[in-house]
Amino acid sequence: MLRDITIGQYFPGDTIVHRLDPRTKILIAIMFIVSLFFIKSFYPYLFILAFVVLTVRLSKVPFRYVLKGLKPLILIILITFTINIFMTKGEVLFSIGPLDVTKEGIRQAVFMALRLIFLITGTSLLTLTTSPISLTDGIEKLMSPLRRFNVPVHELAMMMTIALRFIPTLLEETDKIMKAQTARGADFESGNIVKRAKNLVPLLVPLFINAFRRADELAIAMEARCYRGGHNRTRLNELKFTRNDVLVLIITTVFFGVIVSTRYI
Amino acid sequence: MIIRLENVNYIYNPNTPFEKKALDNINLTIDETDFIGLIGHTGSGKSTLVQHLNGLIRPTSGRVLVDGIDTKDTGNLLKVRQKVGLVFQYPEHQLFEETIYKDVAFGPSNLGLSQDEVHERVKTAIELVGLDFEKVKDRSPFELSGGQKRRVAIAGVLAMKPRVLVLDEPTAGLDPKGRDQILGRIKKLYEEKNITIILVSHSMEDIAKLVNRIVVMHRGKIVMDGKTKEVFKQVEKLEEIGLGIPQITNFMRKFKEKGHPVDDTVITVEEAKMELIRFLRSKENA
Repeated sequence: MLRDITIGQYFPGDTIVHRLDPRTKILIAIMFIVSLFFIKSFYPYLFILAFVVLTVRLSKVPFRYVLKGLKPLILIILITFTINIFMTKGEVLFSIGPLDVTKEGIRQAVFMALRLIFLITGTSLLTLTTSPISLTDGIEKLMSPLRRFNVPVHELAMMMTIALRFIPTLLEETDKIMKAQTARGADFESGNIVKRAKNLVPLLVPLFINAFRRADELAIAMEARCYRGGHNRTRLNELKFTRNDVLVLIITTVFFGVIVSTRYI
Repeated sequence: MIIRLENVNYIYNPNTPFEKKALDNINLTIDETDFIGLIGHTGSGKSTLVQHLNGLIRPTSGRVLVDGIDTKDTGNLLKVRQKVGLVFQYPEHQLFEETIYKDVAFGPSNLGLSQDEVHERVKTAIELVGLDFEKVKDRSPFELSGGQKRRVAIAGVLAMKPRVLVLDEPTAGLDPKGRDQILGRIKKLYEEKNITIILVSHSMEDIAKLVNRIVVMHRGKIVMDGKTKEVFKQVEKLEEIGLGIPQITNFMRKFKEKGHPVDDTVITVEEAKMELIRFLRSKENA
């Protein structure tokens, strides 16, 4: 069950997509998201679909894997879908009780659902092909101009790195504690919501205690190695834009520019 | 026969790039009188194997029978978990209640027993691990020392009255005193309560001192299974897969190689002492 979470999970590989500079990929992801919100008719989605399919192909991440990222969000997609169907005014097709289903409603619902689906698949492609460490490196580099305004960019990036680094550790730990309590007859899977929430206590208490203990140990270990934060700190792997990055950026900028412009023609 | 594994295979993350075969066609029968030492180096599949014994993990193929109940039968899992108690590594990290009494009572309460029965079991379990029930019952488990916490955690499993107790490295990270206390208690459980015990350990000394049967795992397979002494005789095979023999056995082997006719199959310091005394006496007499 816990293994179904693919958001933020890296799918190792050595393809052209994996090798791109994280900054390139972050910028593309931002352009991707922005252009999604500019789309107002259906046919530009074809371009978006082509883009997603091409990226998935190039990155050799199995499709099944990308789709798995949708699973935890299916409920949200369904809710937006139903709300849109019933809440849009227009030409009434048929009614269910007091609720009217309109032609515009159906169009809007499908449209919004597609937007959400592409939003999720597109962005999870970023995290699937970029290791968390290089992702935060990229974010840190991209945000570094903000340092002039006293934004603690490095510290923020470090916090993100640590948080990402500990997601799998905490998941593993959750799994372990769950098993240990299950071995003592605990039941996490049946009963109503109140009962289930109560049943989580034997899981959450040790999980929190262990998380704090870990944080404490990590802080001490970092201090022991003289960690002092961003100022004058050099890095092991400097990020470098290659010709590929420049090329990909130019192509994608033009591509997303076209998609945005479809709104105005 | 109490537990039987038939052609058990287990694969982690099947059909992903993280796919890993953890158990490879395991056949194993565990009898009531067994005190098994399960050894193998990290990643050999020991932990996966022990989690099969009480249905926490169910085999990808093959089956596991506990007292005749198939662990695939999810309706009977609570019964299986009552019969086979599993103590994980660092079990003290799973304590969660305000008082020791409540924490130990967690297992039996889940079995749906009456208050009196729960009370009785908690008291017995806490005493079985060598703690003073009246003194500790109302204290918070988080106030205790590492060794005591671990004993409370083991009591939490014992309170389920299992017939088989599986312990995954119960002495990891403890000082020598804490280690001896825990091992002493485990031995008592086997001898006085007739509980079948499966002990996972990296310490060949502990294994030699306690168990009567050794199962050796390597890359998801059982590569050796036999009486303690028989297994420790096969030094080359053990060393080949990165394991060893007790230090004292090693010493006796080297001593014999030097040309002294001693029995080099002894596995505990006590046995070695007797053997050396015998050897020295026979030399004196000659």
